[in-house]
Amino acid sequence: MSPTSSHRADGMSSKYDVLVIGGGNAALCAAISARRGGASVLVLEGAPKFYRGGNTRHTRNMRCAHDDATEILTGPYTEEEFWEDLLRVTGGQTDEVLARHMIRESKDILNWIVEQGVRWQPSLGGTLSLGRTNSFFLGGGRAMLNALYLTAEKLGVKVEYDAEVSDLVIEDGMFLAARLKRPIKGDTEIRATSLVAAAGGFEANIEWLKQYWGEAADNFLIRGTPYNRGSILKMLLAKGVQEVGDPTQCHAVAIDARAPKFDGGIITRHDSVVFGIVVNKHAQRFYDEGEDIWPKRYAIWGRLVAAQPDQIAYIIFDSAVVTSFMPTLFPPIAGQTMAELAGKLELYPAALEKTITEFNAAVRPGTFDHTILDDCRTEGITPQKSHWARRIEAPPYLAYPVRPGITFTYLGTRVTREARMLMADGKPSANMFAAGEIMAGNVLGKGYAAGMGMTIGSVFGRIAGREAAKHARN
Amino acid sequence: MHGTRILDEADRLMTVCNSCRYCEGLCAVFPAMEMRRAFSDGDLNYLANLCHGCGACYVDCQFSPPHEFNVNVPQTLAVARAESYAAYAWPQALSGVFARNGLVISIVAALSMAAFIFGFAALNDRSVLFGVHTGPGAFYRLMPHNAMAALFSAAFLYAIFALVMSVRAFWRDIGPPIGGRADGDSIFQAMRDAGELRYLHGGGVGCYNEDDKPTDRRKLYHHLTFYGFLLCFAATSVATLYHYLLGREAPYPWWDLPVVLGTLGGVGLIIGPIGLFVAKMRRDPALLDEQRYGMDVGFIAMLFLAGFTGMLLLLLRETAAMGPLLALHLGAVFALFITMPSGKFVHGIYRFAALVRYAQERRGEAGS
Repeated sequence: MSPTSSHRADGMSSKYDVLVIGGGNAALCAAISARRGGASVLVLEGAPKFYRGGNTRHTRNMRCAHDDATEILTGPYTEEEFWEDLLRVTGGQTDEVLARHMIRESKDILNWIVEQGVRWQPSLGGTLSLGRTNSFFLGGGRAMLNALYLTAEKLGVKVEYDAEVSDLVIEDGMFLAARLKRPIKGDTEIRATSLVAAAGGFEANIEWLKQYWGEAADNFLIRGTPYNRGSILKMLLAKGVQEVGDPTQCHAVAIDARAPKFDGGIITRHDSVVFGIVVNKHAQRFYDEGEDIWPKRYAIWGRLVAAQPDQIAYIIFDSAVVTSFMPTLFPPIAGQTMAELAGKLELYPAALEKTITEFNAAVRPGTFDHTILDDCRTEGITPQKSHWARRIEAPPYLAYPVRPGITFTYLGTRVTREARMLMADGKPSANMFAAGEIMAGNVLGKGYAAGMGMTIGSVFGRIAGREAAKHARN
Repeated sequence: MHGTRILDEADRLMTVCNSCRYCEGLCAVFPAMEMRRAFSDGDLNYLANLCHGCGACYVDCQFSPPHEFNVNVPQTLAVARAESYAAYAWPQALSGVFARNGLVISIVAALSMAAFIFGFAALNDRSVLFGVHTGPGAFYRLMPHNAMAALFSAAFLYAIFALVMSVRAFWRDIGPPIGGRADGDSIFQAMRDAGELRYLHGGGVGCYNEDDKPTDRRKLYHHLTFYGFLLCFAATSVATLYHYLLGREAPYPWWDLPVVLGTLGGVGLIIGPIGLFVAKMRRDPALLDEQRYGMDVGFIAMLFLAGFTGMLLLLLRETAAMGPLLALHLGAVFALFITMPSGKFVHGIYRFAALVRYAQERRGEAGS
């Protein structure tokens, strides 16, 4: 159970059975699972302790299949229904064998994750639509991480923070060692019998995003920490691991333009699009705000705003609807007249007034119900607002400025059912495994459904840890 | 926006938290917050007193320091809570006492104990003060029972009256728009929540104190202190009944009800406050209202002193030390009583009122 060779003065052994790179849900599930499988385990988290866990910090739930209602889930969510949801959100861009395997394994994760100290609670206020399918972490994602770290440390997993890996030594698809950057003590090499790469995507790497998005990427806000730079992913792909997923794509939602550049998390989001209209910097509408029901109405707006000039847009609504959605971190910007509001948003007042007047004139009477595709729509304007269209006429008029908020990227390493990486030549790696966002593209080619990232992380983390330990034992 | 800097900060945090809500399963504060979109002074003081300071929301928060959103709910609400005691205090002339509470409590305690010592010495002969007294009425050879009863009743009635007036002001500020009355079911629910310290539990795993591990034992020590206090109070009440109804005078034998209750309570009042004090010393400064250190420690010390002198008196009541010890014990208890409305004791009353209000709101929500 102890590291296979002598400890050094700094408390780090030079050789472990399993090296886990990353510090989020997938990494910790892998570390715990490997440790429970009898391996000595070292976790290298690139972020400082407070920012540990990558995007897991900002999560709040996990989507797991279950055949019956539970204390916290309002009804069954069968494997088949999960599969159909996955098929729908990805438009078929998924590996069916892998995806079905994950969905089957997700059933047991509901219990396994509790055995690792994580606690569930019923769905949060304002998320009733997820009450049947998704299990929420009591206290949110950081509470979940804290529980996993506590369990890992109790089991004897060694964790290093601020541990930036600068290189991986890989020969013929075989991991040999990782080079750890240490500004004070000097670089060191860590050898391990197996590697689990669970170091996330590259959403915080603006330079990398610019390869696909150009200068527009400078105007993107990153919803997670600045540490999700994708450096491990880049090394693996450069050293012959097969890639999966569209490198040009990322998951983005519209978040408040006043949010910090990094790590604004969930609280900067806006779900008020359906209650008003969205205009660009020329005060022009550019997409049907009433096209589809949640979650699509929420998740498409990041990409839509990214395509607008200067990557900025404004949700415009009025005082009559301000209590229809959750209270927001940043207060809406208000004006007694449209012209005053336009002035505060630095839009051309006449243009905004014209857009609103035309929109209001196009609204047809109907019965408003934002929980269904109702019959409130416009006629005679382009783009149409096909549902939930009501006149914007109750001052003060209100607005939220929004920008694209990047959540995660799809590019990853291809893996097998054992979470084992496949090399570019199609051969499975002898001792390299991957879990979490770094391999999410295998099951999630595009799109997203709430809680799926955590399912991928926990299921494949647990598998990767188990398989990595098995390899180390043999 | 609000009257004070801390209420402005509490308002800012509740706005952040209300757009997140990840913590709503941890305690009563966040569900109560979710019932509001904007926060008045009264709302914030209500939430502040609903918070038990378990620390879970701090270690669970992705936006706690060093994050730039700087969300520190336990500390902010601790400061707001302490300031609310002063804001609602009766008489208002004494509200300033909360600012230098540790000092004031120490002075009052010292003066009170000194007064009893000098009083005993002045009114009693040296041979009586240092004499050995046994049998029924032994204590009253040093201070007549009626004098003792009158003095302590006056102190007690003052404390009750001042507390009622303070909590009334608090209740009016946090209550429904037109002075709502507490219903029996809500009061019963609040008694259960307070009695088991339901929300001092870190969301289920236990509280956080010195670090991010739920290893805190404050709940246990608080139970020892609180129930120790209640047992001592019961001991005094039973003894009073003995005295007036049965004509039986203290001191009583060790196996008699007042002594048994008092002994159990005294043990709680010694161990509990020590545990709470040690926990306070270990608490992560990030969670502490450091300005109110004196108020907290002063109250803990007063409880300890009352328990400790009482136990010494019990052990040494048949020796020559009885007289001085009786004076010290009476001094400590007297000081505890008269500082009750102007010290940390009020936290229990305010928190109980907040729990009643919360039970009411929950019932209202379930009903609507």
